[in-house]
Amino acid sequence: MTDPTEPTSAPSNDDALLIGGRTFSSRLFVGTGKYASVDQTRAAILASGARVVTVAVRRVDLKERGVGSLFGMLLEEKFDLLPNTAGCYTADDAIRTARLGRELSGSDMVKLEVIGDPKTLFPDVVGLLEATKVLVKEGFFVLPYTNDDPITAKKLVDLGCPAVMPLGAPIGSGLGIRNPYNLRILMETVSVPVIVDAGVGTASDAAIAMELGSDGVLMNTAIAAAKDPVRMATAMRLAVDAGRLAYRAGRMEKRLYANASSPLAGTIASSRGHDALGIE
Amino acid sequence: MRDRASRVRAALSEITVIVNGESKRVREGTTIAAVVESMNLRGPVAVERNRELVVRAEHASTVVADGDELEVVSFVGGG
Repeated sequence: MTDPTEPTSAPSNDDALLIGGRTFSSRLFVGTGKYASVDQTRAAILASGARVVTVAVRRVDLKERGVGSLFGMLLEEKFDLLPNTAGCYTADDAIRTARLGRELSGSDMVKLEVIGDPKTLFPDVVGLLEATKVLVKEGFFVLPYTNDDPITAKKLVDLGCPAVMPLGAPIGSGLGIRNPYNLRILMETVSVPVIVDAGVGTASDAAIAMELGSDGVLMNTAIAAAKDPVRMATAMRLAVDAGRLAYRAGRMEKRLYANASSPLAGTIASSRGHDALGIE
Repeated sequence: MRDRASRVRAALSEITVIVNGESKRVREGTTIAAVVESMNLRGPVAVERNRELVVRAEHASTVVADGDELEVVSFVGGG
């Protein structure tokens, strides 16, 4: 018997995620915020099986003695760093933050966020398109955090994004996949991979995102804010794999009435059941 | 021993730069590398001067000017 909680690459071996010609060994991308410690962050990421991890760019805090310890751990584990532009409310701030992130990570990947409002953290898609145009020109591998709006997604792809990352629900809300129909339309609209970014609260949400046909899931709070983040990270890894396998397997059609799985003929039972109900 | 005249000279050769939003007096001719070094940081940082990125290779050769605004950033946990 194999232990289902042991990391396995079985589902991804013949089914690696390809974005813009690059191969990603896990379809789960995770954040590094809100953990109790660097050790817990490390343990959770390792349990999740994710290789791409997001980080934020912030002014160094001279009072913070732990400066660099998270960064050091991430480098030590050789994770692929995906700097975000979280907290940026204008295209200009996002562009500057992306450049600083690239200088730090040494990689051209950026999770581009231009936020429209602090209460919902919904994207400002006008600013997002503006920043995308500039950063793509500068050679960035722009992974945009966007609405579940197929039109914006199409525009982002037209500008050169190798993938789009629509939200499932507001960042950090844990509300799950609020509009599966929009996500489905979005996936049919764009030809690039779709990573559901934000909104996942528990493992079934991640599985649903994958069953819908999304190519990956990015999450932070669902793992970090769980009572046992490492256990939840394992659950998320299994859920993403399960959802992906179910999507590839192709689910059965839904039907309103029962359809017996056992043969109808050859039972020893009389038709008493029918009689009792008055059915001929 | 510094007499009054040399103190004045030293003060005149000092400039003010804004580092992460806070004023800092440094000697004229100070480089970005020296400013970063004076902060005693452990991890790697990225630096912006007046809203423009200054790549690491140029930290040692870039001299700050009076009124320059520097942003010294690194990675923190985020989603």
